[in-house]
Amino acid sequence: MALDAKIPKGEMDKKWTDYKGHVKLVNPANKRKLEVIVVGTGLAGASAAASLGELGYKVKAFCFQDSPRRAHSIAAQGGINAAKNYQNDGDSVFRLFYDTVKGGDYRAREANVHRLAEVSTSIIDQCVAQGVPFAREYGGLLSNRSFGGTQVQRTFYAAGQTGQQLLLGAYSALERQVALGNVKMYSRHEMLDIVKIDGKARGIIARNLVNGKTERHFAHAVLLCSGGYGNVFYLSTNAMGSNVTAAWKAHKKGAFFGNPCFTQIHPTCIPVSGDHQSKLTLMSESLRNDGRIWVPKQKNDNRKPTDIPEEERDYYLERRYPAFGNLVPRDVASRAAKERCDEGYGVGTTKMAVYLDFKDAIMRYGRTEAGKTGIANADENKIFELGKQVVEEKYGNLFEMYEKITGENPYLTPMRIYPAVHYTMGGLWVDYELQTTVPGLYALGEANFSDHGANRLGASALMQGLADGYFVIPYTLGNYLADEIRTSSISTDHDAFIQTEKEVNERLSKLMNIKGKQTVESFHKKLGKIMWDKCGMARNEQGLKQAIDEIRQLKQEFWSDVRIPGEINEFNPELDKAGRVADFIELGELMCLDALDRNESCGGHFREESQTEDGEAKRDDDNFSYVAAWQNNGDSQWTLHKEGLSFEIVKPTQRSYK
Amino acid sequence: MEHYNMNLTLKVWRQKNNQSKGKFETYPVNNISSEMSFLEMIDVLNEKLIEEGNEPIAFDHDCREGICGMCSMFINGQAHGPWQQNTTCQLHMRAFKDGDTIVVEPWRSAAFPVVKDLVVDRSSFDRIIQAGGYISVNTGNAVDANAIPIDKKDADDAFMAAACIGCGACVATCKNGSAMLFVGAKVSQLALLPQGAPEKESRVLNMIAQMDKEGFGNCTNTYACEAECPKGISVSNIARLNAEYLKAGLTTEEK
Repeated sequence: MALDAKIPKGEMDKKWTDYKGHVKLVNPANKRKLEVIVVGTGLAGASAAASLGELGYKVKAFCFQDSPRRAHSIAAQGGINAAKNYQNDGDSVFRLFYDTVKGGDYRAREANVHRLAEVSTSIIDQCVAQGVPFAREYGGLLSNRSFGGTQVQRTFYAAGQTGQQLLLGAYSALERQVALGNVKMYSRHEMLDIVKIDGKARGIIARNLVNGKTERHFAHAVLLCSGGYGNVFYLSTNAMGSNVTAAWKAHKKGAFFGNPCFTQIHPTCIPVSGDHQSKLTLMSESLRNDGRIWVPKQKNDNRKPTDIPEEERDYYLERRYPAFGNLVPRDVASRAAKERCDEGYGVGTTKMAVYLDFKDAIMRYGRTEAGKTGIANADENKIFELGKQVVEEKYGNLFEMYEKITGENPYLTPMRIYPAVHYTMGGLWVDYELQTTVPGLYALGEANFSDHGANRLGASALMQGLADGYFVIPYTLGNYLADEIRTSSISTDHDAFIQTEKEVNERLSKLMNIKGKQTVESFHKKLGKIMWDKCGMARNEQGLKQAIDEIRQLKQEFWSDVRIPGEINEFNPELDKAGRVADFIELGELMCLDALDRNESCGGHFREESQTEDGEAKRDDDNFSYVAAWQNNGDSQWTLHKEGLSFEIVKPTQRSYK
Repeated sequence: MEHYNMNLTLKVWRQKNNQSKGKFETYPVNNISSEMSFLEMIDVLNEKLIEEGNEPIAFDHDCREGICGMCSMFINGQAHGPWQQNTTCQLHMRAFKDGDTIVVEPWRSAAFPVVKDLVVDRSSFDRIIQAGGYISVNTGNAVDANAIPIDKKDADDAFMAAACIGCGACVATCKNGSAMLFVGAKVSQLALLPQGAPEKESRVLNMIAQMDKEGFGNCTNTYACEAECPKGISVSNIARLNAEYLKAGLTTEEK
């Protein structure tokens, strides 16, 4: 099967306008008859469900949490990019497009990225109109800050809670449509399969997580907005419930999976403290604007960080990358931290951490404040106090969170940080219209693979989620549904619904009947360890092959020895988790297969066999300038399809941040 | 920080579903590290329960970084436990010492029926938002984001109110089971912003009406909600809610 990305013809900066000008429309009377299912209510799902409800479609939205407001977009901290150029520092749609393609290490589709940059400005307008309280300057206008991988200030933010504020904006728009009767909300529901009729997606089987019963839901189109799959690593910054199940079921029903091995390891997370650890917590990348990263110059230095004098500190990012310094992209910063720790320069009890130090920033802001307020002879303490207030206003909630978790005060002693799994650039393969290889089945936000290539820039995930939901899908979905106006609602008594529901229930019974000895959690931990050790920040052929063997073994063990307490038809979180872990195990194998196939380094994917002399990732454009789209052919069987990438505007070069 | 291990006794509310009667069960938990989070301690207990062939304790949780608002435990008589401005998931075991007995209950409020064990149904909060907790602007209708400057103080105050995570601690801790802090935070956020002005009156009236319909109690100004709020939402938002309600009541005609 040849992959058609359906990229519109014409100049890069005209494609989207031209597409919108010629796309098929659905008249309002017909919209009322067309039903759409949205799975997931994060930024992509909530914005899509709200916008489609406003247009007049009949929407059903599903989330596994107790309320759509809890989706994990809520935890995004730092900000959202937009090419507004409010700071007059030379930003433009082109620059945002360019930075994103380059930041993604030339593995993203140019046309999608350009569209993303174009609609970015409307997102900010929309959010402000909804009452999202972005940070403002004294003049009453919006404030911006800079983020990794860029040299302009284009990031809009609301303290360290930008994701929360944007999600609550989208959630309020969604709830408004619920109130108007345009959207029906199904909370505590999990999608467990796609229903296909004549090759098209026509609905889903969902399980009510409160009473455990399965339900059949019809729609003319299904949108998966179910987020990323970082929890395949067990420890990640994702929420405990974040999972791949919806996307994976779609994959098994014919949707190709794009670039599954592209994982973002975020450089600034709170390090693991012990075996009990259930998740990792991010410290926003925005902290790198003011924090300086360092390790001691001597190995195994056990002094307190505040006792190590300036000349004995190695600010290794500033040393290696003078142009970008502490603001290099995430993949580069993560690998540099791993390199220092692997060499024995790590700090803290586990020695798997580096320092993120705010002392200089506090004193710098303090001196400015002292100058502003006319305090002539401010002593060090006064300057510190004044500077601390500025830092507190910018990052207060992050500093508090750090202190709660570690018991250390980051105003007084540097934070300890280490990279952790944070985001997955891979996801369901979609064309320009966000449609998967199954007609009528779409993927939005982190659930698709489309815009970030091999590495996502900071503050771009929120941008993509909202772009897809508010400004892309309302147009592209119409192009499909315009041909569906003659399809009347299909009864959920149709054979396809009955058969699919039966399969779902059989799988649930099978899981419950294993009645083995090992807990679901213990399998998840084992999978995570295999993935982190062999398909994590650095990967090689031998390790990946071993990982595939180990995962296959783990899968057998899981299906013969997992223990799930309770019953099917009741509130049973262990059963929910078991289904998700079973899917993660299968995904893990595909990720390793993809990582093995891609014998080059690019962005977050670092193959040890492919690096430059000074240890930077080395791409191989001649052989790997493609999107890997994997087709599932049953148990552990996949076929690789390649979507060739051509770069008309941003010509690939070795990325340099030096 | 000094690390230490501890042995504890947990008394946990167990309730099969909303039809059945619940009761406390007592569990010893040993060798708990002071570095664990409270929920990780429950994870340890649950793993043990499953291995012994018993049902694990059901509890709501998701982000485990204090922002999604899903976790909801009443610990030793306090919503989210002993630390101020903190969620259960961010509570760490260094708050306890060896030999402690810890009592864990679900949120208790007529408007939050128990689903199972420590899990409650908070969909009443969603319905309050549906009644008016939004600005009616369709996608694509917005003017340029900088077209309307907003006083920084108003913007900051709106943000402070908008920081509410919708966990329900305010309700659980209030002797009247009042949701005034939750409603006040949303009404304040939108009333402080020029974008929220056109619907200011209908919003407050409708949200209050829905709040009453859901069975939440009234506010008698004990300020327990503010004291227990994990995000430090100020009771001044309740004052603003009352002011908005009064103004709306005086100026709104029956339409």
